[in-house]
Amino acid sequence: MKHTVDIPVQDVVPHERTVLRAMGVPRDREPGEQVARVLEEARDELRSLARPRGIYAEVSPRDFARIYRGDGDNERPNPLESIFPRADHLALFAVTLGAGVSDRIPDLFGEGRLALGATLDAAASESVELAAERLQRVVAGKARPKGGGAHASGRGAPDARTLRYSPGYCGWNVTGQRALFSTLGPEEVGIRLLPSCLMEPLKSISGVMVTGPVEIHEFENDFPFCSECRTKECRARIQSLRHEAPGIRMPTEGNPNGAA
Amino acid sequence: MELLEQIAKELESGDDKAVGSLTRSALEQKTEASIILNEGLIAGMQVVGDRFRDHEIFLPDVLLAARAMNAGLALLEPLLAESDTPARGKVVIGTVKGDLHDIGKNLVGIMLNGAGFEVIDLGKDVAPREFVETARETGARVIGMSALLTTTMPSMKEVVSLLKSEGLNGTVRTIVGGAPVTEEYARDIGADAYGFDAANAVERVRELTN
Ligand code: B1M
Repeated sequence: MKHTVDIPVQDVVPHERTVLRAMGVPRDREPGEQVARVLEEARDELRSLARPRGIYAEVSPRDFARIYRGDGDNERPNPLESIFPRADHLALFAVTLGAGVSDRIPDLFGEGRLALGATLDAAASESVELAAERLQRVVAGKARPKGGGAHASGRGAPDARTLRYSPGYCGWNVTGQRALFSTLGPEEVGIRLLPSCLMEPLKSISGVMVTGPVEIHEFENDFPFCSECRTKECRARIQSLRHEAPGIRMPTEGNPNGAA
Repeated sequence: MELLEQIAKELESGDDKAVGSLTRSALEQKTEASIILNEGLIAGMQVVGDRFRDHEIFLPDVLLAARAMNAGLALLEPLLAESDTPARGKVVIGTVKGDLHDIGKNLVGIMLNGAGFEVIDLGKDVAPREFVETARETGARVIGMSALLTTTMPSMKEVVSLLKSEGLNGTVRTIVGGAPVTEEYARDIGADAYGFDAANAVERVRELTN
């Protein structure tokens, strides 16, 4: 069954430090007065324009195997093909900030407001990640009901962890978006898939949320395609699983270091 | 401090109001627009570009400097157009067909502009033929293409092939960039250069036009 979720905008406004980091500014660098002003303006724009919404649907491992195969373009071997068969719970998801923010960014550039445009772009990229984290919390709650007990179906050990994986990362070809979209239908929350597999609005994320014992999520980043990855985010994600209480992290305005 | 030096310094600190009023003063003192451009604005932007490359300053600072540069340029542009001052060369840029992401391309455009190139920005979702036709019509020496996803990158190859089939590959050079693009991919498709980031793109375009 599909579920749509409206996410409160105040939960997805990234901390100033997080935005600066996304713009390549080192952790220890204090922003000057002008930069601080632009940052605040960008966060205000985000607060007024973002309409975060998400959609998710539980899928069986068998159905997911078909979706994951997609157009048959995945790298082989890849980490997810050995992770998802061992999972307790799988849910396709898509999340977006809505068209308002994504449209505002090029408009700002068009008006010559370059610093604000680029800062809003970085803030919105971080924000949609926060929206995905928020949705992940909801899905993790369903997969691992409160009280630590197993899911009614017998799945969901109390120490299970939920992580998300997206087409275009870790060997899952971005053309996998087609099968994902035709099953999940993110159009319901206003996300459209273009023939190039690009999602519109731009500030959107799609993928699968995988819940299962911590060890299923662990893999070495020595696949041939890892050398071309620019993010290397998998390391921090995997590491966080061992250092956190069960569940996921939710970076907030007050906790700039929470973001992955 | 000399006026032109002051313009460069204020530009470096991103003060658009100061750059605007100093540019106006320089014009009132009958300094030629092309001299204000080269020895004030571009000189300042060159320092900004170098400091950005060396990680002494960061993107927000560069963008504030670019905003200040625009404040000066707005006053100079009508005069430069009259005097027909040659820019460093024309560069056609755009995000390739099927791709709507343009922030990276915009940043490259801003930096190229700051380095004195005339940038013709075709926007996003640009068809291969449009890149080539625009370069031909405007006499641009470089075409710059940006992509966000691997699925839209093949359009870059089409532009390179089209230039070849139209016999323009010697006169119009190509540079490609964007998150999924690599140096190796650029080589494979026969592009003349690959830009890792906006500052690097300026260096590569300088090499292509020298
Ligand atoms: C002409 O010459 C030149 C020369 C240099 C040129 C140039 C032209 N054009 C650009 N440059 C260069 O200079 C610019 C300035 O320094 C740079 O421009 P960029 O545009 O790259 O830089 C921007 C200013 C800032 N950078 C970015 O915005 C991209 C950064 C990374 C981390 C990234 C981000 C932030 C995001 N993403 Co995603 N994202 C990644 C990126 C990985 C990475 N580290 O690069 C990339 C692009 N994403 C990817 C993917 C897969 C996706 N993303 C998605 C979503 C997102 C966010 C929304 C979370 C966010 C914003 C995206 C956006 N741009 O609005 C999805 C697609 C979104 C969509 N609308 O369809 C999704 C499909 C994931 C999903 N299933 O949800 C990957 C694409 C890989 C592929 N196979 O195609 C990716 C490379 C990450 C990876 N796997 O390593 C340089 O590339």
